[in-house]
Amino acid sequence: MNLLKNHTFLEKNSIVLLLAIIVTVLIGGIIEIIPLFRKDTVIEPVEGVRPYTPLELAGYNIYIREGCYNCHSQQIRPLRDEVARYGHYSLAAESMYDHPFQWGSKRTGPDLARVGGKYSDAWHVAHLKEPTDVVPESIMPSYEFLIKRGARLHDLQKHLKAQKAVGVPYTEDMIEMAVKDATAQASGEGRTDVSGLQERYGENVNARDFDGQPAMISEMDALIAYLQVLGTMVDFESAKGITVDGQEGEAE
Amino acid sequence: MTLTAIDKPDYNYDIVRLFTLATCFWGVVGMLGGVFIALQLAFPELNIEPYLNFGRLRPLHTSGVIFAFGGNALFATSYYVVQRTCQTRLWGDKLALFTFWGYQAFIVMAALGYVLGVTQSKEYAEPEWYADLWLTFVWVAYLGVFMMTIINRKEPHLYVANWFFLSFIITVAVLHLGNNISLPVDWRFDKSYALASGVQSAMIQWWYGHNAVGFFLTAGFLGMMYYFVPKRAERPVYSYRLSIVHFWSLIFIYIWAGPHHLHYTSLPDWAQTLGMTFSIMLWMPSWGGMINGMMTLSGAWDKLRKDPVLRFMIISLAFYGMSTFEGPLMSIRAVNSLSHYTDWTIGHVHSGALGWVGFITFGCLYYLVPKLWGQKEVYSLKLVNLHLWISTLGIVLYIAAMWVSGIMQGLMWRSYDELGFLNYSFVETVVAMHPFYLIRALGGVLYLSGTLIMCYNFWRTIRGEVAEGEVDKDGNPREARKYHKPVPSWQAAE
Repeated sequence: MNLLKNHTFLEKNSIVLLLAIIVTVLIGGIIEIIPLFRKDTVIEPVEGVRPYTPLELAGYNIYIREGCYNCHSQQIRPLRDEVARYGHYSLAAESMYDHPFQWGSKRTGPDLARVGGKYSDAWHVAHLKEPTDVVPESIMPSYEFLIKRGARLHDLQKHLKAQKAVGVPYTEDMIEMAVKDATAQASGEGRTDVSGLQERYGENVNARDFDGQPAMISEMDALIAYLQVLGTMVDFESAKGITVDGQEGEAE
Repeated sequence: MTLTAIDKPDYNYDIVRLFTLATCFWGVVGMLGGVFIALQLAFPELNIEPYLNFGRLRPLHTSGVIFAFGGNALFATSYYVVQRTCQTRLWGDKLALFTFWGYQAFIVMAALGYVLGVTQSKEYAEPEWYADLWLTFVWVAYLGVFMMTIINRKEPHLYVANWFFLSFIITVAVLHLGNNISLPVDWRFDKSYALASGVQSAMIQWWYGHNAVGFFLTAGFLGMMYYFVPKRAERPVYSYRLSIVHFWSLIFIYIWAGPHHLHYTSLPDWAQTLGMTFSIMLWMPSWGGMINGMMTLSGAWDKLRKDPVLRFMIISLAFYGMSTFEGPLMSIRAVNSLSHYTDWTIGHVHSGALGWVGFITFGCLYYLVPKLWGQKEVYSLKLVNLHLWISTLGIVLYIAAMWVSGIMQGLMWRSYDELGFLNYSFVETVVAMHPFYLIRALGGVLYLSGTLIMCYNFWRTIRGEVAEGEVDKDGNPREARKYHKPVPSWQAAE
């Protein structure tokens, strides 16, 4: 039998066997991964998706630190029930600044891809402090400590710099003003000047005291700022004119 | 190296013993973690913020059982098998010892990180950049020790178990490097940002994630199967030709299967379809491995009646067959639309993890521990049998509960009333799962109890004891033996 005879060669030459294994296992990965880096074929050209503000980025990092992705997905599938429950299905563009993605794999709790704007800040504070206070049947742990802990803002410049290095289009100005922007966002109009923040991140940026505790910028502020922006960036009205091949088409 | 008169190599069993003990230790720790987080889902009051919240403990459990328990088992068995089948001592005593302490250090580093909130948030690749870097050193040393031992072999043919071990070691290296490319905020920071984002990072993560299953939990453990099943059954492997075909097709096809974790997501359809197609194809090589293992007993099925250790191994192959059928089924888009995000996935993973990975490991350990500590057989085969049935019952409770809870939740999510509105709010589905979370936790407790029985059995075995009324694996009675305290050397001298 030829197969057996030829295979003997590999069994007697371990280095060749090792190389053959490497080549065999590389093929699938190369074919599936490399083409995805032609990003224009993968990410739809919608408007409105911007990098996170420094405060939102701090919130994103708390979301990761607490392992929220273990129980919450951020990926709405184009299925009837999911669109009815959570809203428009997720677009590739919406997670393009997440290093790494937070799509998750399990819904022990509901999907959070479009949780932004769905509940008030006060609801989030109450819910994170003691989930069963607002959802009596909830099995989510409590995160009361977030409101007592000051958000780590002083090194946000470094975070933005690192983000820029991996491809997030933060400008020099954004990096320079990172700490100020975070403070302004957590304080809000009336108590501070938010024009710089709005100039850099857009008019729609949420700037207010998120945790109802104006004396301090807590981790709760940062996490809620992040949650409140989730799924709200894409302008679906203006995206209506975009056709499948990504060209501008006739609006309905 | 000293050779005896019959040229029997002086094998390095010290290192195998260390890894074996570490396997038992981390097995108990990892499974205890699993039981605890299972209970947290049933009784959320058990969450103690911030360090012991579910979100921080779940990676502790998954890494604990996969990398600490499974990883140490792979080190122990691969170091044992490669020496025996190459008829030569393990290369590099000191480097091998470094892989032991280096690997334990990695586990501790990763575990501390999770509890303190240091994580990359990539499932099964949560450790941050500094721990990843450290693991890379350890892994290169592992590859070096393994490969050099192979090169020094006295036996011209490389036995099939070693192909599997080799493919596991090298592919895990490739996956680890590929999935952990990230930029630390600063070298003094424990935080890093992944180079890839969004869709690309999702694809890379599940290329890694699924092949952590494929190469860490499958190829490596098939290497164990290919040595220990024939050894324990005292029969040659069923088909040499089948092992060649199934080896190459398994490692080629597995690598493509990752995108089935990303059905209906923002990942392009072509990638999802490739992932689904290859996942279905994967059914065949998987069953090739199962058949090769099970049919090794061909003509000696009666051994199953007498030998609980062999029973562990064969039941593990049955679970392997079952979960490698379930996997392709769940990778079909339509099925996945129901199963994804639910407990069905958790049940599937555990039928593979508890049934296949756990049981083949227990089988191998029951074979290995007496050999390593100079005994004919373990302290009590009756206890092995008890372990077997307690754990099997635990698995059945676990996976049945997760099937019901997963499919129920999936169906509740997509249930509409006569006007076309959703029937259930999310939290109603959470409430409905409570009884199944209790059953699952009970299953976990039973499985953990089995592991504790095993550790007790090993403790008595290592002390050289034999229980009353025992028979060996062929049914011959064994003489009971009690522990005799060894006389300290300074007393013996007097």
